[in-house]
Amino acid sequence: MEFFFITLLNSLSYGLLLFMLSSGLTLIFSMMGVLNFAHASFYMLGAYFAYQTGLVFGFWPALFLAPILVGVVGALTERYGLRKVHKFGHVAELLFTFGLAYVIEEVVHLIWGRAPVDYRIPESLNFTLFTLFNTQYPAYRAFMMLVSVGMLISLFLVLTKTRIGMIVQASLTHPDMVQALGHNVPRVFMLVFAGGCALAGLAGVLGGNLFITEPGMAFAVGSIVFVVVVLGGMGSLVGAFIASLLIGAIQTFSVALDLSFLDLTAALGVVIDPDSKWYGGLSITISQTAPVLPYLLMVLMLIVRPRGLMGTRES
Amino acid sequence: MGLGDEMISKALSLVDVRKQFGRTKIINGVNLDIVNGERHALIGPNGAGKSTLFNLISGRFPLSSGSISLHGSEITNKEPQVINRLGLSRSFQITNIFPKLTVFENLRCSVFWALGYRYSFFRRVSALRDARESAEQTLAMIGLEDRREKMAGELTYAEQRALEIGITIASGANVILLDEPTAGMSRSETDAAVALISRVTEGKTLLMVEHDMGVVFNIADRISVLVYGEVVATGTPAEIRMNKKVQEAYLGTQLEGDEE
Amino acid sequence: MSEILNKGRLVLWGGVAFLFLLLPFVFSGGFSLSMLSQMGIMVIFALSYNMLLGQTGLLSFGHAVYFGLGAFVTAHAINFVEAGAFGLPISFMPLVGGMTGLLFSLILGFVTTRRPGTPFAMISLGIAEMVAASALMFTTFFGGEGGIVTNRTAGEVILGISYGPQIQVYYLIAVWCFVSMGLMFAITRTPLGRIANAVRDNPERAQFIGYNPTRVRWIMMSLAGFFAGIAGALATINYEIITAEALGLMASGNVVLMAFIGGIGQFWGPMIGAVLVTLLQSALSNFTQAWLLYFGLLFLLIILFSPGGISNLITIHLPVWRAGAVKRLMPSYGFALLTGAITLIGVVGVIELLYRGFLFGGVHVAFTWIVSGLMISIGGFFLRRAIREVKQIWEDLSPELARWG
Repeated sequence: MEFFFITLLNSLSYGLLLFMLSSGLTLIFSMMGVLNFAHASFYMLGAYFAYQTGLVFGFWPALFLAPILVGVVGALTERYGLRKVHKFGHVAELLFTFGLAYVIEEVVHLIWGRAPVDYRIPESLNFTLFTLFNTQYPAYRAFMMLVSVGMLISLFLVLTKTRIGMIVQASLTHPDMVQALGHNVPRVFMLVFAGGCALAGLAGVLGGNLFITEPGMAFAVGSIVFVVVVLGGMGSLVGAFIASLLIGAIQTFSVALDLSFLDLTAALGVVIDPDSKWYGGLSITISQTAPVLPYLLMVLMLIVRPRGLMGTRES
Repeated sequence: MGLGDEMISKALSLVDVRKQFGRTKIINGVNLDIVNGERHALIGPNGAGKSTLFNLISGRFPLSSGSISLHGSEITNKEPQVINRLGLSRSFQITNIFPKLTVFENLRCSVFWALGYRYSFFRRVSALRDARESAEQTLAMIGLEDRREKMAGELTYAEQRALEIGITIASGANVILLDEPTAGMSRSETDAAVALISRVTEGKTLLMVEHDMGVVFNIADRISVLVYGEVVATGTPAEIRMNKKVQEAYLGTQLEGDEE
Repeated sequence: MSEILNKGRLVLWGGVAFLFLLLPFVFSGGFSLSMLSQMGIMVIFALSYNMLLGQTGLLSFGHAVYFGLGAFVTAHAINFVEAGAFGLPISFMPLVGGMTGLLFSLILGFVTTRRPGTPFAMISLGIAEMVAASALMFTTFFGGEGGIVTNRTAGEVILGISYGPQIQVYYLIAVWCFVSMGLMFAITRTPLGRIANAVRDNPERAQFIGYNPTRVRWIMMSLAGFFAGIAGALATINYEIITAEALGLMASGNVVLMAFIGGIGQFWGPMIGAVLVTLLQSALSNFTQAWLLYFGLLFLLIILFSPGGISNLITIHLPVWRAGAVKRLMPSYGFALLTGAITLIGVVGVIELLYRGFLFGGVHVAFTWIVSGLMISIGGFFLRRAIREVKQIWEDLSPELARWG
């Protein structure tokens, strides 16, 4: 019970973090038709920027500054990169962001080196919020959830209450119509791209110190975010939300479960000889399979329902 | 005439075909028979559902209900390629070609399946004489011989429209669906297109959507009028001209204007 | 007409064969020989990738999966041969790799090719991640961190070929490379190859001429997997060790770079890419830690300014050549080249300074900073003018070229 609750809370905070990433990706994809391959790189930049600005101003200003900086980098990327490639089609755009992911990773090497940087949870949040049974629950995780939910609500408000939000939202379902109405202004594109990147940056600020801030973090999380988006159905925010929580739960729970097939057979009263040919395969624990599970789920989804959970639109 | 003959004499048969998108009903129970060998025009005001009906027949959209048969065999909700292989070929209102293939290759690709080459990857195309000759023939028919090696995407609009028809008829399908083949053409281009259509559909069954009444009355043996997703009248051009219901619903003065 | 063309083509292929035969005599050192071998492998791999991207329009980020699986199965097969479990000459081991690639691309391709476009790209990436993660899980087969080690001299010595000396391995690779190139080129000239182009251009219309686009993509992907597997098997024979890195994301990304830098629009484009990238990788990585950055920047530059890759740059100059107008382009090209080189040196200076951590330092460091900065600003300023000039001359030429094109 205790294990279950704590893991559930952890999976929720992780899932919300994933949503922060996948929502930006989805918005950009829906609006511009561009799959931002470098999205996770902006997540990484968020973490590094927070680390660097945090050194100067402390964590709290960094919490706001870093996402804004990432947003600026995103805006520049759109203005001087993507917009030029746009005329060559979606494949070129996708490849551009792919190349950008390479370059950002290398630039991070260049500036901050290959080793992880010491980006820490701030002292003011480094305490135990409550103790459930025997497990202490860190305040920072709760703070993460709070920010994520706050972000979620403000995203919802921006999308439903503001004019630009309306345009963005309309383009989710009727991209051609929005274009026809003359809203296809480059500035909206730039804003959406910058906004999506800033969201990724915020996720980086929050995730960077909870997990680890190192040059490999972009590639590590990047493909998971893609799985989330495919699973939820490309272009669907609701789908991305459900899929984020689902993947969050699967990853958190599977890592925590140290059970193997051997334990299952043992529970059924069958003991398998360690010398057996199958011992190696059967002794793999669930936690060892954790990295594969999201992808397996994606493949299964593609077989059962190729358009994803909530997807309506084909490519 | 026995029942069997009657089945065969119908190239296409639509029975109570319906289609709705969400709650919007586009096609409300269309019953339509296209006789083998006739040239049949489908007319009607904008938004009547003509293109949608084409998309239903050719398998682009699934039906909400009803059934469609081609030469007596059921094709309802079959995939486009399956319907095409059964001998029905269509063109598109918005030019739909293979832009980065040459004109000749556009046409040659269109005959591969009909000639039984399927997904073959061990036959050299240059050795396939029948495919080449068939493509050359179509090329001559649509009058694009001097554009043979040009990329299809670089052709002029009228040339692309001709190629569009070429791709549609190349495989030798005997039921041809043309969706507004003269849309956006000038008078002289339209005249050329009409001549082309008459030439290439010789001995075939043609169903076409067309706005230009001159073209319709020039080509069609029979006409069906589609209004708000229903066929309000079917008949020879003369009958349609006389039909009160049609005049009220749609044609009226426009008909007389176009007649001259 | 086609007779003459075929004769020309025969001469061309003969020339390629002759080149393959001759290369080790020109570049006979141990280093160049192993580099040539690697190039041969990568040429097959990049060409097989272009069956997807260039010919069928499938942007895959997981093509190394088939390369890697082919390599691993070959490694085990060679080890079986060594253990005496069965006998297959090493020369034919690439077939084992090829069949493995074919089998897996048939299975995985069935899932991935159901959706084209961007979803395909993401799904191929997901599949690649899945296989890469599995490789770390099933250590018995994939050998964990250490990988699987083999011995390419395991087979019987036939006609004095033991595959001990690198030169023999080179010729094995050269033969397989030549055969694979020929086959892949031939496939572009079959009904399937042509229909693949049609599906790339307009999948919907392909349906209305009787083809199932999903099926076309699936078959093309399977064939591409076959050739990737051959390349993987050759890699196993060449290096005698194979690790899980070979099927990872980096390897998959690498082949995207090769194909795109070389150019996906021409059959031979990816070959240029494979040769150039292999050369740059081994040459640059010896000199600088920042080689991946240079690489990424080169890639971005190509996407921004010449999305057709190097092969397209060559092709667009053919009409200029025929029109005899090369002379008119030369001065502006020279100007652009000069200013480009100056800018490049400046950029390299800055990057290298940063990489070595020389933000501050003595007089030398300050001097290098200043010189690099000056070179970037002055070089960049004139480079922009040079580019404008080149563009202008191209515009002036275009009516002339239209006549020759």
